[in-house]
Amino acid sequence: MVIAQERILTGSKLDLLQGTLDLMVLQTLAAMGSLHGYGIARRIEQVSSNQVLLNQGTIYASLVRLEQRGWIASQWGVSDNNRKARFYSITRPGRKRLAEDAHHWQRLTGVMDRMFRMDPAADEEPGKA
Amino acid sequence: MSGLKQLRRRVWAFFAKKALDAELETELEAHLQLAIDEYIERGVAPAEARRLALVQFGGIQQAREKQREARGLMQIDILVRDLKYTGRKLMRDPGFTIVAVLILALGIGANIAVFSVVNTLMLRPLPFPNAQELVWIAPPPDKCGLSCATYSTDAYDEFRVGSRSYQDVTGYFAFSTPGNLKLSVGNDAPIPATGIDVIHNFFNVLGVQPQMGRLFREEDARNGAAPVIVLTDPWWRRQFNADPNIIGKAFDVNGKQTTVIGVLPRTFDFGAVFAPGTKVDAITPLNLYGPPRNWGNIITLIGRMKPGVTLAQAVHEAAVVAPTMCWNNRYANSCGQYKGAVIPVPLKNYVTGRLRQSLVVLWSAVGMILLIACVNLSNLLLARAAARSKEFAMRGALGAGRGRIVRQLLTESLVLSGAGAVFGLMLAAIVIAWLRTQGAIALPLLSQLQIDGEALGWTLIIAIVSATLFGLAPGLRMAAGNLHEALKDSGPGSGQSRKHERLRSALVVSEVALACMLLVGAGLLLRSFLHVLDVELGFQPARAAAVTVDFNDDPKLGDGSSHDSAKAILDARAAHFQPLLERIDALPGVQAAGITDFLPLSGNRSWGLPYPKGVTLPKNLHISGPLVYVISPGYLRAMGTRIRGRDFNWSDNTSTRGVIMINESYAKWLASYAHWPNNDPVGQVLVNDDKDPGMLVVGVTDDVHTESVEGENGWQIYYPWPQNFGGTPQLVVRSTLPPAQLATSVMAVLREANTKQTAAEFKPIENLVDHANSPRRFFMMLVGMFAALGLLLAALGIYGVISYSVTRQTQEIGIRMALGASASHVRKRVLVSTLRLATIGVVLGAAASILTARFISSLLYDTSPWDAVTYAGMAVSLLAIAALAGYIPALRASRIDPLVALRAE
Repeated sequence: MVIAQERILTGSKLDLLQGTLDLMVLQTLAAMGSLHGYGIARRIEQVSSNQVLLNQGTIYASLVRLEQRGWIASQWGVSDNNRKARFYSITRPGRKRLAEDAHHWQRLTGVMDRMFRMDPAADEEPGKA
Repeated sequence: MSGLKQLRRRVWAFFAKKALDAELETELEAHLQLAIDEYIERGVAPAEARRLALVQFGGIQQAREKQREARGLMQIDILVRDLKYTGRKLMRDPGFTIVAVLILALGIGANIAVFSVVNTLMLRPLPFPNAQELVWIAPPPDKCGLSCATYSTDAYDEFRVGSRSYQDVTGYFAFSTPGNLKLSVGNDAPIPATGIDVIHNFFNVLGVQPQMGRLFREEDARNGAAPVIVLTDPWWRRQFNADPNIIGKAFDVNGKQTTVIGVLPRTFDFGAVFAPGTKVDAITPLNLYGPPRNWGNIITLIGRMKPGVTLAQAVHEAAVVAPTMCWNNRYANSCGQYKGAVIPVPLKNYVTGRLRQSLVVLWSAVGMILLIACVNLSNLLLARAAARSKEFAMRGALGAGRGRIVRQLLTESLVLSGAGAVFGLMLAAIVIAWLRTQGAIALPLLSQLQIDGEALGWTLIIAIVSATLFGLAPGLRMAAGNLHEALKDSGPGSGQSRKHERLRSALVVSEVALACMLLVGAGLLLRSFLHVLDVELGFQPARAAAVTVDFNDDPKLGDGSSHDSAKAILDARAAHFQPLLERIDALPGVQAAGITDFLPLSGNRSWGLPYPKGVTLPKNLHISGPLVYVISPGYLRAMGTRIRGRDFNWSDNTSTRGVIMINESYAKWLASYAHWPNNDPVGQVLVNDDKDPGMLVVGVTDDVHTESVEGENGWQIYYPWPQNFGGTPQLVVRSTLPPAQLATSVMAVLREANTKQTAAEFKPIENLVDHANSPRRFFMMLVGMFAALGLLLAALGIYGVISYSVTRQTQEIGIRMALGASASHVRKRVLVSTLRLATIGVVLGAAASILTARFISSLLYDTSPWDAVTYAGMAVSLLAIAALAGYIPALRASRIDPLVALRAE
């Protein structure tokens, strides 16, 4: 039987949810400036040290979503090796959204961190986070 | 970006598909090239570089699809794709498509047509402003119907003055005969037309506005007012060529110069509401204080309640006012006779209330037809789906979810259903247009039939519902199948197809049961109709025909209000008609001829309640008097009504004793109060009040069905033409000659006697009977057609299932034949299985009919809802048709060549 790709973990690579990929793309563009689709995908692979299971092709759906929401903008241009490619860059609303999302992630990871360090024997005051 | 902007982008992306796809292709190509370049830079061989790049990229098609999904309206994409696929598949199988669409068109079309009829007759309000305020004021339904639902002019006055619940009360003269207006243009023969006399406020109460000119005012109806007339739209167009300057022109109508003061709007149809089956050409004002004052109970009452007044209040008030109403203010003892006989009901109920039952039955019947059609289609689709099971298995294996497959099949059903709805709508439009022109059927509001927004909405609903009904079963069946098994080569006899067969057989049994119910209904209605045709009418309609005779009293003789003037007028009438009738009698081929002022089945009025002299009737008798017929000698013989005693003769005139004839029923009732020897009224005297010298009963007639063919017999009383003022004379001739031949000779005689005799039509008496029976006949034919349709569909269903099972069992049959089974044996087996199916269906259907038959018992005449003959006939015909349907596959089975069957798969 054929199984949809995004639903399994193979080996030790992390499964990527749709929203996190969008976030990664935004961050990549914010940090690296204007990039084409291949560039973004390679960058994410490199930065994550290949721990992310990324079918490079899925990036295009992500780019369309982000562009429809107005968080990135696109432009046709010429790549390093003289190929015609579409270059994406983050917009001001995109930066704003990125900042909000980054803040949200930090809060989330902070909470999850504390959750995973939970000590059953430790003295916790009731009601305290 | 707001959701709206996003939506806009998505819609734009949907339409700019090609361009965006091309752009994506460029991007993807660039992406791959960049990846390949990078690998080559690292020293990988170009072919290997390409492979690695593709692996790293992942599925290209999937990337494309995901991108498209993210940017456009995926749902619509899927829908469009499904539709295209469905279209291709249906085109490739034209036989199936045409049959399916045809079945649906018939089922849906019938439903739309019936819905429009039900909507117009039952659901929509009457075509008057604030129609819910209008009420019909009449006694409770009685054995003499409309003829008893009338009031005298004095009674109307009293009611109008004494009631506070109404904005106004109006009425019309209920006893106009067709062709009562004679329009004389130039020197040609006068043209007959039908007119109705109404009280001057008639149009005000109904809320009708003229399209040209004005309508009546109080002055138009007074003594001595100039004659005026209002035209209906069809007559204005037909007779006067839609003359835009018609207002103010005067024409010779019935010998008087009458001015046209207005033209009614096209939407006003008097007959549609008040007199189904008649066409009214013009309306004239009724002078309440002229001669109509003495014509007895002639006005029907219609009132418009004040806003805020409830029906209950109006009913209560009417009961209080009724005792103050007098039949004639000059006869004190005629007051109070309307007590209990004045009850307002909503006008809508009066117009269409008695049709409610029939309409409900019709709607159920047509719903059953649609159900049968859906079951049939479900079966067809199941067979098709079974053949496509491999295709679905493949799709499932390629990643289509169950929902997706069901969706595809539902799309197919919706497309079929949509096509069926479109054709069905066209069919319904044709049927409705035809019905609209059937003025001869005595059903109200037919002329208001149309396909309107509500009908279109209904079409949409039943198209979707039927698609779901017949599409869901095959869809679910298919999606639930085991893909593994389906992909393998599944030979005949596998478990799946046997389950299929059971389902299909069950569906066919239900079809047969439904068809059975329809047949029983149609059969019962047919028997009722035949019983109605057999009713003893009291007269012989065959070979008798009637024509209106034009006669105007000589104005020099006065208006009949004084004793001398009345005598002079009546004598002049006798002097005119006696020789006329003798001449007609003398014509070759004429067996009998006579004059009457009202024909049977045409409505009538009553003149009080004559009772035996010397007898005191109990007070508070709320009974309407006998219907009055003013007739000449020879009339009863021309109608074929028997008399005990003697007929009138011409010596019963103004100089001799007043004589009458009464019918059996009336005689029997009177006899219970009088004490006549042998209970025989012949030779006894009846009086209207204590001072009346009385009338001598010279004959007792057979009971005649005067109000309706199916109703009970009412009372009739006959007065001689030379002694009483009758209405417009109708000449009735009994002859062995065909009407056309008769017409020429009789018309010649009539024209000789009166040069102004209009070229009127000779109407066979049978037409009156047919007209009275027309609603029942029409209804029966409709249900009969539905039953035939249901039978046809059920037969097709049986054929389909049996045929399929024979195909499935080809190998088995081949083996049997190889082992020695004869052709006739094989045939018998198939027929037996067919009849088994049909019998189960018939039994179920009969049981269902027995349970539900009581609901149509009010529509039957003299027929029990459990009439054994009908049920037996239905069972026999259904089984016969089933046997026929199964015979063809049986023949096919018996012709199977065992060698071929065993070799083939």
